[in-house]
Amino acid sequence: MENLIALLVAAPLLGAAVLLCGGRRLDRAGHWIGTVLAAASFVIGAVLFTDMLGRGAEDRALHQHLYSWIPVEGFQADVAFQLDQLSMTFVLLITGVGTLIHIYSIGYMEHDERRRRFFGYLNLFLAAMLILVIADNYLLLYVGWEGVGLASYLLIGFWQHKPSAATAAKKAFLVNRVGDMGLSIAIMLMFTTFGTFAFGPVLEATGDTSEGKLTAIGLMLLLAACGKSAQVPLQSWLGDAMEGPTPVSALIHAATMVTAGVYLIVRSGAIFNGAPDAQLAVVVVGAVTLLFGAIVGCAKDDIKKALAGSTMSQIGYMILAAGLGPIGYVFAIMHLVTHGFFKAGLFLGAGSVMHGMNDEVDMRKYGGLRKFMPVTFLTFGLGYLAIIGFPGLSGFFSKDMIIEAAFAKGGTEGWILGSVTLLGAAITAFYMTRVMLLTFFGEKRWQPDAEGHEPHPHESPKSMTIPMIVLAFGSVFAGGFFSIGDRFVHWLEPVTGHDHGHAPVSATTVTAATMVVLVIGVAVAWVMYGRKPVPVVAPRGSLLTRAARRDLLQDDFNHVVLVRGGEHLTRSLVYVDHTLVDGVVNGTAASMGGLSGRLRKLQNGYARSYAVSMFGGAAVLIAATLLMRAV
Amino acid sequence: MSATAVHSLWTMAGEVTSAAPGDRFTAPTIEYAQLAPVLIVIGAAVLGILVEAFVPRRARYTTQVFLTVVAIAAAFAAVVGLAADGYATKNAQIAAMGAVAVDGPALFLQGTILLVSMVSVFTFAERRLDPASHGNRVDSFAAQAGSVPGSDGEKAAVKAGFTTTEVFPLALFSVAGMLVFPAANDLLTLFIALEVFSLPLYLLCAVARRKRLMSQEAAVKYFLLGAFSSAFLLFGIALLYGYAGTVSYAGIGDVVDGSVQQIDPALAGTMGNDALLLIGAAMILMGLLFKVGAVPFHMWTPDVYQGAPTPVTGFMAAATKVAAFGALLRLLYVVLPGLTWDLRPVMWGVAIVTMLGGAIVAITQTDIKRLLAYSSIAHAGFILAGVIAASPEGISSVLFYLAVYSFVTVGAFAVVTLVRDAGGEATHLSKWAGLGRRSPLTAAVFAVFLLSFAGIPLTSGFSGKFAVFKAAADGGASGLVVVGVISSAIAAFFYIRVIVLMFFSEPKADGPTVAVPSPLTMTTIAVGVAVTLVLGLAPQYFLDLASQAGVFVR
Repeated sequence: MENLIALLVAAPLLGAAVLLCGGRRLDRAGHWIGTVLAAASFVIGAVLFTDMLGRGAEDRALHQHLYSWIPVEGFQADVAFQLDQLSMTFVLLITGVGTLIHIYSIGYMEHDERRRRFFGYLNLFLAAMLILVIADNYLLLYVGWEGVGLASYLLIGFWQHKPSAATAAKKAFLVNRVGDMGLSIAIMLMFTTFGTFAFGPVLEATGDTSEGKLTAIGLMLLLAACGKSAQVPLQSWLGDAMEGPTPVSALIHAATMVTAGVYLIVRSGAIFNGAPDAQLAVVVVGAVTLLFGAIVGCAKDDIKKALAGSTMSQIGYMILAAGLGPIGYVFAIMHLVTHGFFKAGLFLGAGSVMHGMNDEVDMRKYGGLRKFMPVTFLTFGLGYLAIIGFPGLSGFFSKDMIIEAAFAKGGTEGWILGSVTLLGAAITAFYMTRVMLLTFFGEKRWQPDAEGHEPHPHESPKSMTIPMIVLAFGSVFAGGFFSIGDRFVHWLEPVTGHDHGHAPVSATTVTAATMVVLVIGVAVAWVMYGRKPVPVVAPRGSLLTRAARRDLLQDDFNHVVLVRGGEHLTRSLVYVDHTLVDGVVNGTAASMGGLSGRLRKLQNGYARSYAVSMFGGAAVLIAATLLMRAV
Repeated sequence: MSATAVHSLWTMAGEVTSAAPGDRFTAPTIEYAQLAPVLIVIGAAVLGILVEAFVPRRARYTTQVFLTVVAIAAAFAAVVGLAADGYATKNAQIAAMGAVAVDGPALFLQGTILLVSMVSVFTFAERRLDPASHGNRVDSFAAQAGSVPGSDGEKAAVKAGFTTTEVFPLALFSVAGMLVFPAANDLLTLFIALEVFSLPLYLLCAVARRKRLMSQEAAVKYFLLGAFSSAFLLFGIALLYGYAGTVSYAGIGDVVDGSVQQIDPALAGTMGNDALLLIGAAMILMGLLFKVGAVPFHMWTPDVYQGAPTPVTGFMAAATKVAAFGALLRLLYVVLPGLTWDLRPVMWGVAIVTMLGGAIVAITQTDIKRLLAYSSIAHAGFILAGVIAASPEGISSVLFYLAVYSFVTVGAFAVVTLVRDAGGEATHLSKWAGLGRRSPLTAAVFAVFLLSFAGIPLTSGFSGKFAVFKAAADGGASGLVVVGVISSAIAAFFYIRVIVLMFFSEPKADGPTVAVPSPLTMTTIAVGVAVTLVLGLAPQYFLDLASQAGVFVR
């Protein structure tokens, strides 16, 4: 059975190779090849899953050693896979949502002449993401990590004729490099500390390692997670990444790739468990991003950017949960999975709306679309209810668990974290209601575009609606399915461990509080956007709104601190290079030249002076020889 | 007294004086086969003199070139034959009653000298570079060396189409001396060999066809300073004889390391006196350092290299250096190993000032031949670093470096002969500006040689320098290696400057032209390039050869 694991990766990898190398003759069949191979990977995953369910909880993990990548004395790098419950969860999420989004893309990208290439990149992404989650060592994980970064770069910039897309791709790539640096440093630290980077030995050895080293590794891993999962301070790329086609935003920048940071932290749980300082850094990052993303999401009029802010915020929840340690690991992953369903569904819904609205993204120019796109409205609406945590839907369970776990952390820390997560839930309810109201309710606000084409909103084709419906099912039922009888906890416990913590307040109280903030959030949004007509041109807004529209000045901050700072640094380096380094070099050269000119004068052409110099040389030679003996 | 008796005087002076008069004379044994390379070359040189005397003038050039090339080829074949018979390794021995060693280093160096001489002789024989004068093709040498420059006699000689074909036997004599020099196994043979190869060189320097006064000035300077240094060498030999009672290398070596205790009664006052040993050793060293052109005994080098006819410069720069370093190695490893620690600091000093001095002064040179002269001084310093290593690796690295360096040098000077204007060779650097635009191939070949001189990887210069520096570092002379690397960096400046000048400067309107040479010079240059690249890309075989040859017989 373990021999199937490599096939998980092989199927999409083959697809990528065929589609990217196959050339134009595959243009007509390319999207089918890509979709079938993605589905094949899902089927293999499902087979492996049923097989895994048939075994006891403790021996569910499978290993497959493919080959020795770098077999050097003292440095063993293997291409080997490990499929345990945690990896399995991701495999099903990635291949499942991935396949749905492949299907969706068939319709969405129908009129794009580079559709084959798009599917090639999607398959490449799937292969890399699968390597990331089933690698059995950090080095191979790094291969997948870089692979998804590459695929993300290629897909954000897929419409490379748009300068904004090209810039966004470059920005994502550059910001991710910072995080990747963290991962590579973490791997190097692991190698020097443990002498290996395979998960098993590294995570087992954490008990005997000093906290300082674990903290260093943990902080570097957190840096990596921040880059890939768009967490503060490396969050700035995610909003711009919405320049990519919407299926990409759904798959890569909502459901799967951006959650790789959560996977990394949960997978490295043993390291963080031994490094409380690193854990604290993780929860701080999670809490800050949770609010940051939510605030940004409130102010955006671009539907995809509002959703991107939401993604950032929801991943903040997951990171925060992962930082709580064994209390939170399971819930981080659970929220990750439910979020994968409802956020992918929301993005696909947004794409469906854009598809019907001539690619308009400004929500102020939507309005009243529920009549024109009933299926989209329904599925989007279910996703909306799930994300705000409407009782009984997926988000309700998973988010509630995280809020409870935050309180269960105990002490002041627990109260602060719990309050932050509650506040986040309120803001989430607000901005998602805003999105919902602006898009589907109220008066129609769309106008003819510059060329006089008035949009004719219509429902999307079946290839697009069916994936949305499937995801809506997930949004509705996944949370309940996971939570009833603590199914998900029991499933992941053997890998991540679980701890109930000491909740200072009862679960019922937390749930009640959540419900209260939920209602407040929805009510405020309704007062602001539902009760009265929405202006087509955004009002000036308060200082906070204006800052949030500019992503809370993240780019300004980066510009001032990093770009300007970098420019100053390079300028001063250039100055040092010109004056000091060149000065030394040129000075040396000049002094050599001067010395040369002076020594040259000794060569005056007279044999007599040459003879004198020889005589002097001989005298010195003899004297020195005798002197050496005397000494 | 017969010649053989004189010979035994050199080697066994002590015994002869103590032998009672009237003893039967015993003939010395001479291993002719083992001395074949030297004998062939000397025989051909003598034949060459006869050719000058008896062969009609018109046929002399062809005859001499043929004779010289055949002699050198035959001598090389003899060297290869000896090496194949194992004389380079297990059968190494001392021939001619202890006068000449036939061992690995000797054969390796003799082979190198012969090959380098062969390609040098090709440039001697080049007659297509200058335009024909009065219907006669001319080479680099004066029509009649004895005529006063600018006199009517000279004009008549030019008009009559004379050339100095004596250069070929002179070169052969010089080669013969060079073959003996690194093989000499006693001090008097060393001295005779030195004179045999030096005197013809003095003459060769004086016979340039153009700029004759400069050529003659160079020859006189070379002769005067050479005589001066020979005096030191000879004085040193006398002192060492006084110290050891013998001039044989092995004999002196034994006294130095104390394995001979018996005092010769005739030398009771001096034998074993360390002052004599140290002063004598220093003086002999000085004589050899003069020949290799080490600072501060280098001052003849730029003047002589510049004044001498360029083919002679190439020959001298390459072959002399091989022979002189060979002799220096044998002296240090066979005669004076017991003095290693006494001589080391002095040799360090000489190597450092040689490397730095050569490299620094070269920076401001404006004449390509003087530039190459200073470059050769810097290279002498690099080789000295390997000599100082005092290890088998040191010996083999020096052997390898010498082989590498000599071919590149001959090739480089051969290229210099090609770049000409109305006044003959255009050696001023300013005239080389833009050469790469006008004659890309010539400039590229010269660039290859310069890169090899600079020791850039993938050229033979790098392999050689690496071998020498590695041996020096392993031998505990890391400081020397540091200085060597710094000097290499300084030296790289002026080598690269010439390349920049050739390829990145605008050609001058009245710039020189590149003459199209005959296949002779082309062969010389091609061999230089081939050796540069082959020994740069795949040096291992030759490094192995050098390390097999790296054991001196005692």
